[in-house]
Amino acid sequence: MVENRPFLKILTHAVLILGVLFLCFPVWMALVASTHPGDALVRSPIPMWFGDQAVENYTTLLSGGVAEAGGVPVLRMMWNSLLMALGITFGKIAVSLLAAYAIVYFRFPFRMGFFWLIFITLMLPIEVRILPTYDIVTNLGMLNSYWGLTVPLIASATATFLFRQFFLTIPDELVEAARIDRAGPIRFFFDILLPLSRTNIAALFIILFIFGWNQYLWPFIITTDVDLYTVVMGIQRMVNIGEGLPIWHLTMGTAILALIPPVVVVLAMQRLFVKGLVESEK
Amino acid sequence: MQKRVVFRSWWLPYLLVLPQIAVTLVFFIWPAYQALETSFYIEDAFGFSRNFVGLENFRALFNDPGYLRSFWTTLVFGVSVTFLSMSIALALAVCANRVIRSATTYRTFLIWPYAVAPALAGVIWFFMMNPSLGIIAYWLESLFGYDWNHYVNGREALIMVIIAAAWKQISYNFLFFLAGMQSIPKSMIEAAAIDGASPTRRFWTIVFPLLSPTTFFLLVVNLVYAFFDTFAIIHATTSGGPADATSILVYRVYSTGFVGQDYGSSAAQSVILMGIVIVMTVIQFRYVERRVNY
Repeated sequence: MVENRPFLKILTHAVLILGVLFLCFPVWMALVASTHPGDALVRSPIPMWFGDQAVENYTTLLSGGVAEAGGVPVLRMMWNSLLMALGITFGKIAVSLLAAYAIVYFRFPFRMGFFWLIFITLMLPIEVRILPTYDIVTNLGMLNSYWGLTVPLIASATATFLFRQFFLTIPDELVEAARIDRAGPIRFFFDILLPLSRTNIAALFIILFIFGWNQYLWPFIITTDVDLYTVVMGIQRMVNIGEGLPIWHLTMGTAILALIPPVVVVLAMQRLFVKGLVESEK
Repeated sequence: MQKRVVFRSWWLPYLLVLPQIAVTLVFFIWPAYQALETSFYIEDAFGFSRNFVGLENFRALFNDPGYLRSFWTTLVFGVSVTFLSMSIALALAVCANRVIRSATTYRTFLIWPYAVAPALAGVIWFFMMNPSLGIIAYWLESLFGYDWNHYVNGREALIMVIIAAAWKQISYNFLFFLAGMQSIPKSMIEAAAIDGASPTRRFWTIVFPLLSPTTFFLLVVNLVYAFFDTFAIIHATTSGGPADATSILVYRVYSTGFVGQDYGSSAAQSVILMGIVIVMTVIQFRYVERRVNY
């Protein structure tokens, strides 16, 4: 920095450490709670250090689930979450790549009309139009299916804009060269555009995976079959039932299991994640 | 806007936009239209017939003290979440921008909550503040003699969901503030330091004004987050209670439609919310366009 001020330096680190503690403490408590037997968590003060029931608790959760909350194994719910998250992510990326390609590389009637139609989706979050969307999915017979979980969420204005923005920066000479070599639009897309978009796709993948994994309202509404429950949504049943029963250790265990996959993705691919976040939101 | 050199085909571009447009029409535009239409009707209890009532649903909403209170709750909730998460994130970003060594370590520890689902953030804070066993309720009791109980006290329930929602959003704001600060030229800050400006003064006269585009962008994004994405926090913990104290507008759309089965009123609420999102998106985009030029 510009000058040497020891007091300021200490203050800086103090603020950062406090911030880290504030952000980590809740998850620490959840982690600790998930390693104790249920009856250790019925009255204050609850333990702040790990107990010895970690293996038992997590085995119960992964294989058998919480009997009082429908007995769906958490592993099953995590599998559903994974399928939903991947379905949404791949769907959004594929659909947006194609749409952005058409809008940037072709001239056709209603081009801008389509562009605005995609833009409008930004203004209609699922929470706002939940009831009519539910009706439509019911009429299409997509309740309680993986299709119903993913397809209605795969339109994406942000992803389309991001790819459009990126395509616009690709030099025209590439298209000219491709055309001289008699490569058609499909060939150009697969052999040139797609490899060039690799980093953008990867960065977007992280953001969309987190978005997909963390869906709550949609799976809650359209799945009544417990075999299709996703983990982020399934935990809500444990909370409601857990009011009277001592199952907080299992609820917190489920919370930990539910947050591990997206957090690992963020931490393992930090650089790409930051790129994806900052660029896709602009 | 478009390439100088393009491909020529009369059918291929339509085929390419088809999937996106189909999903948009079926699952976005059509339901939005349905909501708009339903908002002008009142359906009988069994759904056999419905009568056109014009703006009656809207009039009923604005005469309903419960709905008006929800507006107020949403505003308090949104502004608190935005202010809390943005100010903490700004303080952290300022500090993280100052440290040279261990900056990456701090960043790693500060960004991961972005990945935690709002529902999980809600459930974990719900656990920590639980009146009978939560650690925070215990501290409040033993250190200050304060009897925390969000099951009966609506204000405390609202505070709990505000903290949970803000906690989750800090990482996001932190990353954007940090990116914004790193794009401020170092030479400006050094020049001010040579002129004898203290770090506090440098922050308020140089860094903060230059961050204003980021701040404004985050303001809109955070309000949108607080108004819409926090449904899960409310639903998984307080369910809008006690006595409607945490029933924000998006929660009300759901509870009126799915729990109360009052489709006309729920649709009218949807339409009002769409109006709010449209206004916010327009503000955001007008401003983004301005930023590109400057």
